[in-house]
Amino acid sequence: MAKQATRITVNGKSHARVVEARLTLADFLRHDLNLTGTHLGCEHGVCGACTVLVDGRSARSCLMFAVQANGCEVTTVEGLSPDAGLSVLQQAFVDNHGLQCGFCTPGMLITLTELLRDNADPTEQEVREALTGNLCRCTGYAGIVKAALDAAQRLRDGSGA
Amino acid sequence: MKPAPFDYHAPRQLKEAAELLATLPNAKILAGGQSLVPMMNFRYVMVDHLVDLGHVDDLRGIAVIDGHLRIGAMMRQRDLETSPELARHCPLVAEALRHVGHRQTRNRGTIGGSLAHADPAAELPAVCLAFDATLHLASIRGLRAVPFREFTLGFMATALAPDEMIAAIELPIWRPGHGFGFHEFARRQGDFALGGAAALLDLGAGGVVRRAALALFGTAEQPVRVDAAEAALTGKTVDSRAIHAAAAAAWLIEPISDIHAGAEYRRHLAQVLSARALVDAARRAGVDI
Repeated sequence: MAKQATRITVNGKSHARVVEARLTLADFLRHDLNLTGTHLGCEHGVCGACTVLVDGRSARSCLMFAVQANGCEVTTVEGLSPDAGLSVLQQAFVDNHGLQCGFCTPGMLITLTELLRDNADPTEQEVREALTGNLCRCTGYAGIVKAALDAAQRLRDGSGA
Repeated sequence: MKPAPFDYHAPRQLKEAAELLATLPNAKILAGGQSLVPMMNFRYVMVDHLVDLGHVDDLRGIAVIDGHLRIGAMMRQRDLETSPELARHCPLVAEALRHVGHRQTRNRGTIGGSLAHADPAAELPAVCLAFDATLHLASIRGLRAVPFREFTLGFMATALAPDEMIAAIELPIWRPGHGFGFHEFARRQGDFALGGAAALLDLGAGGVVRRAALALFGTAEQPVRVDAAEAALTGKTVDSRAIHAAAAAAWLIEPISDIHAGAEYRRHLAQVLSARALVDAARRAGVDI
């Protein structure tokens, strides 16, 4: 039972694999599915770069085994964008200098996607609290917070642009 | 792939989980995995068998039974945080949960997992201690009830036998209108607390304290009740002077000293945070201070 048959839906597509029990969800996404948008920083649950949505809820994919996601729906950063172009939040990151090196960005986007889904009009404090689980060493967070508030505004306006 | 290899088991019944835990060599429970998996990634913990409780429905749910709030051990911290039952009957727990890790870890982390891990800086053990919670522990021998004061035995040590797991947590519900307060100090929201206090106050006519509970965490090797502070408040009219005199009893505890903070600083924090938690509790119980 060190190996397990596992079926996980990732970004709407179902994947069946026989995986080692100790394979983390992050490694499953990156190595088995080649979805390398999910980044691995610390691999012990501190940096938040590997954050994905599991059944619509943010989770650190380095702290979950792929076998635990059996039957679950996972959304990665690759699943956030429409067929062409960027999501409203992603565009707001571009427009507000929300990223520099980009390593933390996939986790930031997932965390903020969940926040904006549940809270259409967050305060700056609420955005900053949501982001405490994601480390960025480039931006000083100012651009990221600005991007999140800008995206919330654009989504409320319904302009999407 | 960082952890050492192990066999994975996903029982659906509590009885099946207890049998696996009793019979498999070097087996460990996987609850939410937010503390265990980092330790496995570091190979601080190496197991031969992992028994995942994520599919055991009996371990979920929240219900009021005979004046107690009974919480299934596998309730995710985030689900508790947003539970109307918890907010209504034990608002102190809901307040404490907002300080537990980050939303990403609360989405996975469970109340039972946090209690079994028994980190001295953790919020939930201190809250259970303040409530004099009862833990129901399950094994192949059946269920046994353990008062929380007898559950934590020291630094990350508990009364759990190797083949036991927490099945449910029972919190006695305080009178409607009781006050509660929760304060912690950490360098960043969600970080391990350098100190924290959880307080409950039940006030009678004229603001006289009928019952008080004060528990500290992140201070000593395990959460502690400040019995002297509770005794000093009980029967007194609650005001700022009484609270600060009671909070001074936190001076008596023996704090740990480590790279994050020295013992003297933690002792100072314990008093300040105790006073803040008690003031909040008094205000919420309707006293204007």
